[in-house]
Amino acid sequence: MTAVKKTSAPAHKKTSFAVEFKKHPWLYIMLIPGLLYFIIFKYIPMVFLPIAFENYVPFSGMLGSQWVGLKWFEYFFKSSWWRYLSNTLILSVMSIAFTFPAPIILALLLNEMRSLHYKKITQTLLYVPHFISIVIVVSITYVIFGTDGIVYKLTTQLLGHSVDYLGDPKIFRWMIVGQNIWKETGWGTIIFLAALTNVDTQLYEAAMIDGANRAQRLWHITLPAIRSTIVLMLVLRMGSVLDTGYEHLILMANSLNRTVSQTLDVFVYQSGIQNAQYSYASAVGLMKSVVSVVLVVSANKIAHALGEDGLY
Amino acid sequence: MAIKKTKLETMELNGRTVKIHEGPVGVYRTAGSVVFDIFNYVFVGLIALTTVLPIIYIIFNSFATEFELTTRSMFIIPHTWSVDAYTYIFSSNKILRSFGNSILITVAGTAINLFFTVTFAYALSKKFLRGRNIILNLVIISMFFSAGMIPGYIVVASWLRLRGTYWALLLPGAISAYNMMIVKNFFQGIPAELEESANLDGCNDLQTLWKIVLPLSGPVLATFGLFYAVGHWNSYFPAMIYLTDDKMYPLQLILRNIIVTAEAAAGDMSLMDPNFVEPPKQSIKMAVIVVATVPIMCVYPFLQKYFVKGVMVGALKG
Repeated sequence: MTAVKKTSAPAHKKTSFAVEFKKHPWLYIMLIPGLLYFIIFKYIPMVFLPIAFENYVPFSGMLGSQWVGLKWFEYFFKSSWWRYLSNTLILSVMSIAFTFPAPIILALLLNEMRSLHYKKITQTLLYVPHFISIVIVVSITYVIFGTDGIVYKLTTQLLGHSVDYLGDPKIFRWMIVGQNIWKETGWGTIIFLAALTNVDTQLYEAAMIDGANRAQRLWHITLPAIRSTIVLMLVLRMGSVLDTGYEHLILMANSLNRTVSQTLDVFVYQSGIQNAQYSYASAVGLMKSVVSVVLVVSANKIAHALGEDGLY
Repeated sequence: MAIKKTKLETMELNGRTVKIHEGPVGVYRTAGSVVFDIFNYVFVGLIALTTVLPIIYIIFNSFATEFELTTRSMFIIPHTWSVDAYTYIFSSNKILRSFGNSILITVAGTAINLFFTVTFAYALSKKFLRGRNIILNLVIISMFFSAGMIPGYIVVASWLRLRGTYWALLLPGAISAYNMMIVKNFFQGIPAELEESANLDGCNDLQTLWKIVLPLSGPVLATFGLFYAVGHWNSYFPAMIYLTDDKMYPLQLILRNIIVTAEAAAGDMSLMDPNFVEPPKQSIKMAVIVVATVPIMCVYPFLQKYFVKGVMVGALKG
């Protein structure tokens, strides 16, 4: 992770920091709030990571709490850890399979539109759900799919039996994926549409003269043009395979769908914050963070192997 | 392909005979291409409608009467209009108070975000700054590895003892590393001559930032200000885990409690008229959803203008 190139160091090596500070006192003062922020809220939490190996009690503090070694890790692997992991992975794979390609397809369709006016109107509508909070999205779902809701009533009439959209464990994941598609697909097109504006139109003209039809132009010009963007977005997505969006999931979770709604991060929230088992939850969270870093690094390696720039 | 439906002509193209159709802008198009266009307009149009239809449905139904909601099974536009649900939710202090809380959190939070982001980004945009590379690497590492939810919670709740105060909502997200890097790159793109001439005129770095750099950064500040503001308005999770007094709750948390955990909408029953007819729960829920969405819809034109730009900038730099 050496994204920052060392360019300016040698020329300034000789002067002392005191001299530099006198020249630009305000620059160094301006650095303080941000630096304190990153230290306190990003790095001090890392100092608290050893509580994963302790029986942490807030009253005794980190240094005063009892050291228990790998107890919480063993405890986790004796529990129904497989359920949390498989719930996480199934939801992530479903989400990558459905929510990842959706904005690419939509961006390609928008790109094919000749009427710029119509394109602009549809885009204006498509971006709306992105700005709506997850609480409102879930609330709308409750109102529409709940027993008083229009979709519930409609499908009950059509199917002849009722469907428990909010409780049925078989439907739970589809609801989550559906909500994500509804909320983020339109917004997700922006980055691909931006990449598409960089395509040289002469390529299309040349292809047309060579007799390429629309499908062939799409396949041989448009898709290769956004290939690196697709790979980059996929790399980013791979790094967060274990993140299932707990702020979203805990709103949709209830006692009926517990078997499928408990993913790793929901587990961390429930055990750590709801039940105040700080050490146990930290241990599980630590494993998750480590695996996530490994995933980002490997996904990036794969991107490089495919000849793309990747993340860094 | 529905070739028969359109008038066709043929033309020679590179020695091949191609069936063509003259399009509106004089571009030669095949029949299949026209069919695809029609399909494309209809399909994308339908998707666009699906994204806003639930919201429109909720808005209209929130103005329906109790009678209509219980007797008519499915409708979008009510026969008779009523504001009972709104009268009901605004008759309790709970919604109004939380609305005010959300505005306070959003305004204060965004001010803090911009202050922290701009000062840090400006200092880091100067390549001669001592320790710049170390700090930038610290920022980048924090984007990849985080200690997780619980250590962060312990720092805020046990170590800093911010539980029960708004600081717990405002400080932990004071800088988004990603936004900060984009603002820093923007500052680096400002011609150095402008800042140098200000320095020659006796401006110190703070004055240069305030008088020269910030006036040039209007759209960037608007973009990230809105990014942060929408984030604050829409967030409920920090409020849920850190706030202890329900009088301090923001609107999103109240909405969650009313709908997801099905708490009673009005907390202050004593303040209400005993003869007040309770409207259907469904329309109260819808009215609260509308109240929470309206501010976002009011700023949506600005959001669309600046957010799209912001994402583009991020896409090109990243």
